[in-house]
Amino acid sequence: MATKKRKKSTAADKEIITLTNVCKAYSTGAPALKDVNLHISRGEFVFIVGDSGSGKSTLIKLLLRELTITSGYINVMGYDLSKIKHRKIPKFRRNLGIVFQDFRLLKDRNVYDNVAFAQRIIQKSNKEIKKNVPSILAIVGLAGKYKAKPKQLSGGEQQRVALARALINQPTILLADEPTGNLDPKNSWEIMKLLEQINENGTTVIVVTHNREIVNAMQKRVVTLKRGVIVSDEEKGGYIDED
Amino acid sequence: MRISSFFYTLRQGFRNLFRNKLFTLASIATIGACLFLFGLFYAIVTNFEHIVRTAEEGVSVWVFFDEGLEDIRIQQIGDMIAKRPEVSDINFVSAEEAWEGFKEEYLGEYGDGFTENPLENSANYQVYLNDVSMQTALVTYLESVDGVRQVNRSELAATTLTGVNALIAYVSVGIIVILLAVSIFLISNTVTIGISVRKEEINIMKYIGATDFFVRSPFVVEGMLIGLIGAAIPLGFIYTLYNIVLSYVMERFSMLSSLLSFVTVEEVFHVLVPVSLGLGVGIGFLGSFTTVRKHLRV
Repeated sequence: MATKKRKKSTAADKEIITLTNVCKAYSTGAPALKDVNLHISRGEFVFIVGDSGSGKSTLIKLLLRELTITSGYINVMGYDLSKIKHRKIPKFRRNLGIVFQDFRLLKDRNVYDNVAFAQRIIQKSNKEIKKNVPSILAIVGLAGKYKAKPKQLSGGEQQRVALARALINQPTILLADEPTGNLDPKNSWEIMKLLEQINENGTTVIVVTHNREIVNAMQKRVVTLKRGVIVSDEEKGGYIDED
Repeated sequence: MRISSFFYTLRQGFRNLFRNKLFTLASIATIGACLFLFGLFYAIVTNFEHIVRTAEEGVSVWVFFDEGLEDIRIQQIGDMIAKRPEVSDINFVSAEEAWEGFKEEYLGEYGDGFTENPLENSANYQVYLNDVSMQTALVTYLESVDGVRQVNRSELAATTLTGVNALIAYVSVGIIVILLAVSIFLISNTVTIGISVRKEEINIMKYIGATDFFVRSPFVVEGMLIGLIGAAIPLGFIYTLYNIVLSYVMERFSMLSSLLSFVTVEEVFHVLVPVSLGLGVGIGFLGSFTTVRKHLRV
């Protein structure tokens, strides 16, 4: 993986995610997010924490532009997501890397093809793909398993494949939705170390998690959501208990 | 689109056929069954039409002339009739030929007893039509021509054939519409089931930043391939079946061969092959294109 050069920029330029008075209400039930204001700068590592129903997943879906806001303003990497046209969404998402709790790998394809798939989408040549895929697999520690199908891998290995797929296009932002939710503590820590390493190379990393131990240990910025409202936003924060 | 992406899309379309074998088989079977019925029906209708057309070709109108009409006027009348668009053929039958024909058909050797031609005033034009439904219009015209004494026709044959023609047309359109509607319904259902299994795959592609075109293309290629295979298989069946049935009918009912003439398998397939393959590919394309579209809003 090539490291990203961080350009000198002003404070405004550095802001890569901006949410101003964002509300999101579903057609059924109570609003999922209420008056959310959030500013994330380029190169930050941010934990989004909160209990079930707090609005974490909704927030991730808004950042991915899978959902649209009900009111307010949301800007990610210069894209006004409330106004972005459908045909421009793919281009926007190519600057995002996304990792899910359930890995979401293509089960019928091997490790190499799962990772190469992300490069095919951005129409990289076969030559580039053949060069880039082994190199990213080496970074996530799966160089020897490129022929394996997802079901032949452990949970931790599958998440590494998902990470490799998310990183191969050198995204500006990496969104990880409960990346350690299905992993044992050892694998969870290994994944978190990889995420930290990726962040050190310049990628903005946003991790939604329930994992109290990891959040408390890593001493990163922590945004806590409760019933759709940001109740805490701390640099080097910790996991705040519901009670 | 890069050439490598184009070939990747084609390759994925081919691979998709084998990734979900059950879905592929179900889709091929659905399209195959519908196009088999369509082909069978087309072959039957083509033969019906052919038989009716052959019968129509035998229906003629006889035009008799005023007594003592000059040959030059008879020639003029012949030219006028031949120029009519509904006329496919016209033959002049002289009084002698008419008598010879009558003798041969009805009198045999007894006709030799006649010293004079009893059908002296029976020289006529035998007029064949390319569309029997135009017979009345032609007869009305002929009756108004100066020098024409009488026009004979077979009203029953004309109206029967016109009726049969109309019936075949209505039934054909009706059955084809029903078959197509059933095909589209079945295929849409099959594709919907197949796609819903792959909804997650589509979601992943969209999350990574695939364009709608990139996501859709392999599915569309797959749909078209399924359509092509689904059309080719019944064509093979119909080809074999048609030849078997034709030789059976000709052998078993040989006395019918003089009355009924069947269309050759080559003639049927001259139209059926492109139409069936086109329908198969078209149905496959539409089915996959519209069904994937529903899942692209991610």
